[in-house]
Amino acid sequence: MTERRDGTTAASAPRGYGSIRAAGLAGARRAMGVPAVVLGSSFLGFGALVHQAGFGLWAGIASTATAWALPGQVAMLELYAVGAPLLVLAVSIALVNARLLPMTITLMPAIQGRGMPRWAYYLAANWIAVTAWAAALRECPSLPENQRLPFFLGMSLALWIVTLGTTAIGFALAGAVPLYVTLGLVFLNPIYFMLVFAADVRRRPWVLALLFGGLAGPLFHLLSPDWGLLMTGLVAGTAAFLASRLWSAARG
Amino acid sequence: MADGATLSTVLVLVTVALITYAWRGLGVLLSGRIDPEGPVFEWVGCVAYALLAGLIARMIVLPIGPLEATALGARLAAAAVALAMFFLSRKNIGLGVAAGAGALVLLTWVG
Repeated sequence: MTERRDGTTAASAPRGYGSIRAAGLAGARRAMGVPAVVLGSSFLGFGALVHQAGFGLWAGIASTATAWALPGQVAMLELYAVGAPLLVLAVSIALVNARLLPMTITLMPAIQGRGMPRWAYYLAANWIAVTAWAAALRECPSLPENQRLPFFLGMSLALWIVTLGTTAIGFALAGAVPLYVTLGLVFLNPIYFMLVFAADVRRRPWVLALLFGGLAGPLFHLLSPDWGLLMTGLVAGTAAFLASRLWSAARG
Repeated sequence: MADGATLSTVLVLVTVALITYAWRGLGVLLSGRIDPEGPVFEWVGCVAYALLAGLIARMIVLPIGPLEATALGARLAAAAVALAMFFLSRKNIGLGVAAGAGALVLLTWVG
């Protein structure tokens, strides 16, 4: 790896960033570039959605503070806006966020180290989301063990604070700027997710799931605004899973 | 009305927070014990991606709220602009998003 702007040596050096504190700060600095801008503007869009869904400002901030994972937060607002029953909302959110389980399992070996108490990981788990997760998976295994969790948390917490701020700013903007600017803000999230999937999703079953889901989503919504989203996930997702299995089997 | 709305907002927030944390906490508990590459997680990934793709398509094609006032053609064109900018800029998500949102604002403003 190359030398960093602040002059610290590459993460593959035996001492990593030199200390726990320095590792945490290095994580925070890593956040404060493209990740903070992209994620920050997505939460700007979330804040605007909060405003239009009739959620309060404090509720939007509480959502970002606790359930910090944008897809689930956006799904929550949209389901709330169509008046879906709590059970449908709970099951849908559980399905949207179920990916956090395999993500956490994959991340743990990269951030675990001797000398960190177990509860620290249960606490840190609340900040597992895709941006810092991907960076920590790349970088942490080459750090000394006691610097891994600090690097991850430094990056996550910095992003978290940025997104708490932009959630509030997005909410305030949506009520204050001309309508056509609000439209742009509200449009940020669907466009952002569309591009994230176009950039990152490569495995065949998941590509099929995106295609099937994209087609089924509007149709099922017309059949039932309440249940459409949940049915889309279960039907299109299972169809994609089975089609991909059949494809693999047919090819031996 | 206000009391009911407040209560349901709190209920929704707490439900979502608990469910979301449950997956993360369970991940810590189960790490090293189950294989995150297994078929169960492949299915879970499929359902999650299908659900999100369905949500995104619905938000673009059949939006709820202020976007309802925009034309379907404008939203589809803006999404196409976002994709085009994304691929032309070597997959720069920030540029793609800015171009897409900007295109919708312009198309709505002009149209």
